[in-house]
Amino acid sequence: MLYKKKWPLFLFLVPGLLFLLVFLYIPFVENIRNSFFDMASVVKMPGQEFDFIGLDNYKRLFTDPDMKVAVINTLKMMVLTVIFEVGIAFVLAVMVSQVKKLQQFFRTVYFFPVVISATAIGLMFKLFYNYNGGMLNQILEYFGKEPVLWLGTDTAFAMICIPTLWSYIGFYFVILLTGLSDIPDDIYEAAAIDGCGKFMQVFYITLPSLKPVFFTSVTLAVTGALKVFDLPWVLAPNGAPQGLTHFLGTYMYQTAYGLNNYDYASTQALLIVVLGVLVSKGVGFLTKEEA
Amino acid sequence: MEAAVIMPKVRKSRKKLSIGMIVVYIILIAWAVITIFPFVWVVVNSFKPSAEVLRSSFSLPQEFTLMNYENAFSRLNVLNAYKNSFLISGCVTIGVMVLSALMSFGMTRYRFRGKELIRSLIVASLMFPAFATIIPVYKMIIQWGLLGKPIAVILPQIAGNLSFATIVMIGFMQTIPLEMEEAAYMEGANVFQVFVRIIVPLCRPSLATVAIFSFLWSYNDLFVQKIMIAGHRKYYPVCTLLEEISSKYGTDFGLMAASVTIIVIPVMLVYILLQKNIIKGLTAGAVKG
Repeated sequence: MLYKKKWPLFLFLVPGLLFLLVFLYIPFVENIRNSFFDMASVVKMPGQEFDFIGLDNYKRLFTDPDMKVAVINTLKMMVLTVIFEVGIAFVLAVMVSQVKKLQQFFRTVYFFPVVISATAIGLMFKLFYNYNGGMLNQILEYFGKEPVLWLGTDTAFAMICIPTLWSYIGFYFVILLTGLSDIPDDIYEAAAIDGCGKFMQVFYITLPSLKPVFFTSVTLAVTGALKVFDLPWVLAPNGAPQGLTHFLGTYMYQTAYGLNNYDYASTQALLIVVLGVLVSKGVGFLTKEEA
Repeated sequence: MEAAVIMPKVRKSRKKLSIGMIVVYIILIAWAVITIFPFVWVVVNSFKPSAEVLRSSFSLPQEFTLMNYENAFSRLNVLNAYKNSFLISGCVTIGVMVLSALMSFGMTRYRFRGKELIRSLIVASLMFPAFATIIPVYKMIIQWGLLGKPIAVILPQIAGNLSFATIVMIGFMQTIPLEMEEAAYMEGANVFQVFVRIIVPLCRPSLATVAIFSFLWSYNDLFVQKIMIAGHRKYYPVCTLLEEISSKYGTDFGLMAASVTIIVIPVMLVYILLQKNIIKGLTAGAVKG
């Protein structure tokens, strides 16, 4: 290579690697270790030792009913992100790619909620859902219907999913639209000459050509669903009502910082990592299988 | 006679096409309304007294008031939260830019043993969500006596954005041809001069991408802010403050609407100015180029 002296390499690599080591790799390994111990507190008191409890926390993962709810909610969220985020984004992207005017306008508008913090969006939807005079109940009242407890047992999960999904559609819309614009026009022209209608073109040209972009979008959507935290936390803290709206992230936070059960929370965090690896491998496997 | 028979046919097919297009436009505009309406609703209601929000949230303010904003600024110290957020996210952005530029230069311009290992370590760390490292990091921050200070958010957030930023930067630096560097190096410039004078200016577009996503991710990340700063109101950044508003003043609709507006408007202005860069920055990695 160009640069003969090797020593400057250390100055280039060491600061960044040190950061990764201290704040990612070591904590990650320590987190695995923590899951096998009974942590009485986060920081050990002088002379204190944590008891080794083996696989107790892992056994608990499988028997904890709240954990089951959190896992199911997270899996449901994954399916919903693929259907609604990537799905709606795809329909919008195909439509926008067909129109000549206002393309830039749609891009700008659809993407906007992505830059707004989930916390602000959560606060906003809290105003819509409020029982006493929230926006939705005002609409119901106008039509002479009884007000609904939107964040109650029956509807809370759906009401949390709606803003979560809504706010990120624009993200996948932009990714898919960029993918669409990379498909060369002459393929469509050739198909049109051969008598292939607009709708068929979507099936026979757009969908197959977009496969790699779909793969990226679906992977981002399902791993994103694993990291959901801010919005559910603002709308329904502590999985309210009765832990029914817990996701893996919120349940892990509550276990650690609400119940001070740091070792069990570490085990849950590890499960999030394992699920993340599994689902992204799974998506890769499924898309390869079809090819 | 013949012409009269043919004409309607032509007109019909043209009309059909345009009807399809009109439907497409209607759907697209409807979705634009669905996307923007919630924000408009909140902004309009922030100028009403809370009682009026409860009664009629869909009409324009009957008695226009700035009371909610006065409350927000006096009771909640929104300006201070802005200051904290800019301090925290600014430091995170600068830290990530500097460290990722340095690392990617080392990774693209040197050949050394263990390079592949380091590369795969960087890629692997993308799989670590904040959840999986936060408890040990929290412990470390307590031991260092930093809990509740802005630096307690800055350090983990730099690490959290660094791997992805480095991957983006490596991708870009690989495409920069070596000739310029070679020339400068032969002329007697040392590696650091080459890095600062040639590489960094050439990398401006990808540095901008890195800056944008680091800033926004840091600014919007409630999880780390909440854990590291909870209880130290003096240092609350925007998201933590918002969350507190929602749990404490959840019944004061006007105040909540005003707070959301105060948080959303500056972001919106920056977004309108820099939308192309922001969209590119946030979809980096997923979209090539």
